Amino acid sequence: MTALRARAPHVGLGLLIGVFALFFLLPFAGLLERGLGDRGAWDAITSDTALDALVLSLWTSALSLVIAVVAGTPVAYWLTHARFPGKGAVEALIDLPIVLPPTIAGVALLTAFGRRGLLGTPLDEWFGVTLGFSTVAVIMAQLFVGAPFYVRAARAGFASVDGQYERVAHTLGASRLRAFARIVLPLSWPSLAAGAALCWARALGELGATLIFAGNLQGETQTMPLAILSAFERADGLTAAVALAILLLAVALVALAAFWLLSSRNGAAP
Amino acid sequence: MSLRAIPVAAVATAALALAACGGNDEPRQTVTVLAAASLTEAFGELAEAFEGSRPGVDVRLAFAGSAALRTQVLEGAPADVFASASPDEVAALAAAGLVVEQRALARNALVVVVTEDASARIGDFADLAEPGLRLVLAAEDVPAGRYARESLALAGTDFAARVLANVRSNEASVRATLAKVELGEADAAIVYASDLAAADGIRAVTIPARFQVAAEYRIALLGENAGARAFLAFATSPEGSAILARHGFEPVAVAP
Repeated sequence: MTALRARAPHVGLGLLIGVFALFFLLPFAGLLERGLGDRGAWDAITSDTALDALVLSLWTSALSLVIAVVAGTPVAYWLTHARFPGKGAVEALIDLPIVLPPTIAGVALLTAFGRRGLLGTPLDEWFGVTLGFSTVAVIMAQLFVGAPFYVRAARAGFASVDGQYERVAHTLGASRLRAFARIVLPLSWPSLAAGAALCWARALGELGATLIFAGNLQGETQTMPLAILSAFERADGLTAAVALAILLLAVALVALAAFWLLSSRNGAAP
Repeated sequence: MSLRAIPVAAVATAALALAACGGNDEPRQTVTVLAAASLTEAFGELAEAFEGSRPGVDVRLAFAGSAALRTQVLEGAPADVFASASPDEVAALAAAGLVVEQRALARNALVVVVTEDASARIGDFADLAEPGLRLVLAAEDVPAGRYARESLALAGTDFAARVLANVRSNEASVRATLAKVELGEADAAIVYASDLAAADGIRAVTIPARFQVAAEYRIALLGENAGARAFLAFATSPEGSAILARHGFEPVAVAP
C-alpha cells in the first residue's frame, strides 16, 4: 500500500484498479443485499436441505483434503527430487485436472468409474460395487479437481528448500524421514498450507463433476453447490440460493482465514 | 443442451448471411427463444424452418429445465419467447407482468425408460417399486419431475413412497435425467415420450393410461416484438404443429 501511495498511480491505472475492484466487490454486495434483506433467507439457511448439504460439504471436502495431503505429499516430494525420463509428462498429467473444466472431469470420472466405465464395469460385475450416486463419488470428484492444486504447491514448496540443509542433516546422522520432518516440512510450510487451502476450496466448490458423476440427492450427494443450484430451480428459489451462497461463503471465509493464520504462524520461524 | 442447437444456429446463420448478400435489405432481427430441455430437437427444427420462411430473422435458442429458465427470466435474462413444459412457469412470469401473450403449445406423455440390462427386471410400471432399483427422476421443481411424482401418486400413496425410496438422484432437467439412464448409471427414469426419439440404447416401458399425467407445454411472448410474435404464431401453426408431432409431441393446434 505505502509503495503505491509513494509513487502516485497514474490516473488511468487508478481507474483500472477501481473498476477491477468493483467487478469483484459488486457480486458479493449483491449477494448480501439480496440475502440479508429477505426474511425467507433465514428459513432457507435453517432448513434441513441446507443443514444436510453443509454437513455433507464440510466432511467430504475435509476428507478429500486429508487424502490429498496424505497421498500428495510423498508424490510431490518424490517428483521434486526424482530424475527419470518422462517426468515432464507425469507432472503434466497431475496438473491436467487444474485446466480441465469440472464437467469434463465428471464425464472422465464416469468413463473410468461409472457403471459402464473402464474400472466401474468389473467393480459392478465382480463385486456388485457401484460408485455413481454415492458419497464416495462425491469425494472422488472433489479429490480429482482439488488434489492437483495441493501437489503443485507442495512441489513448488519442496523445490524452494535448499538441498544443502538436507545433506547436512544426513551427514549429522538424521534419517531421511527425520530430515524431511525437521527441515523440509517447516521450510516449505507456507506453500503446503496455501496448496491445502486451494485444494480444500476447490473441493468445497466442486459442482460440475459431482453433478455428472455423483448425482444430486439430499444427504447423500447433494453438497452445498448442488443445493444452491437446486434452490435456483425452485419457484421462489433465488432467495434460498442466495441464502445458501452466503452461508457457504461465510464458512469458506472462516476456514481460509484459519489456513492463512496457520501458514503465517508456522512459516515465520523455520 | 444448448450445444445441440449450435450447429443448427450456425447453419441457419450462414444461410441467412448468404441470403443477405443476395440483396435482402430488410433490417435483421434476432429473436431469443428460451425453451424447455425436452424441446431441444423440436425447437431446433422449428427455428430452422421459421428462419427459412422469414429471411432477416435470426432465432437464438437456449435450452434448460423450465424451472431454471423461469428463474433466469425473472432475474432479467433478455428473452423474447419462453416455451415451458408446464403452465406453472409461464404463470409465474405472468404474475410478474412479463408475459404479453401465451398459448397452449403441445402435450406430452410420460414414459418409463430402462437400460437394456435392467429391462429384464422392469417389465411394467409396477416394477418401479422393486427394492434396490436405481431410479432417477427430474427434481421436484422441474416440470418432468413434478409430472412424474403426480403420476406415481395416482398409482397410490404407498406405491409412490416405495418408488421414491428408489430415487438416487434428482436431476436439473429431463434430459439430464435421461442421460443417467443412457449412461447406464441409473436403471430407470421417468421422462417424456418425446424424449425417446433423442435416446440411444434404452427400452421404453409404457405407463398405464390411468396413471398418465399429460405434460402441458405453453409458449409465451415476453415482449412486443414482431419477430417474436411471428415465431409464436409459427410454432402454433399447422406447419409448426407438424414439426412438433414429428418429434413425439401431441400438438395443441391453434390456428393463428
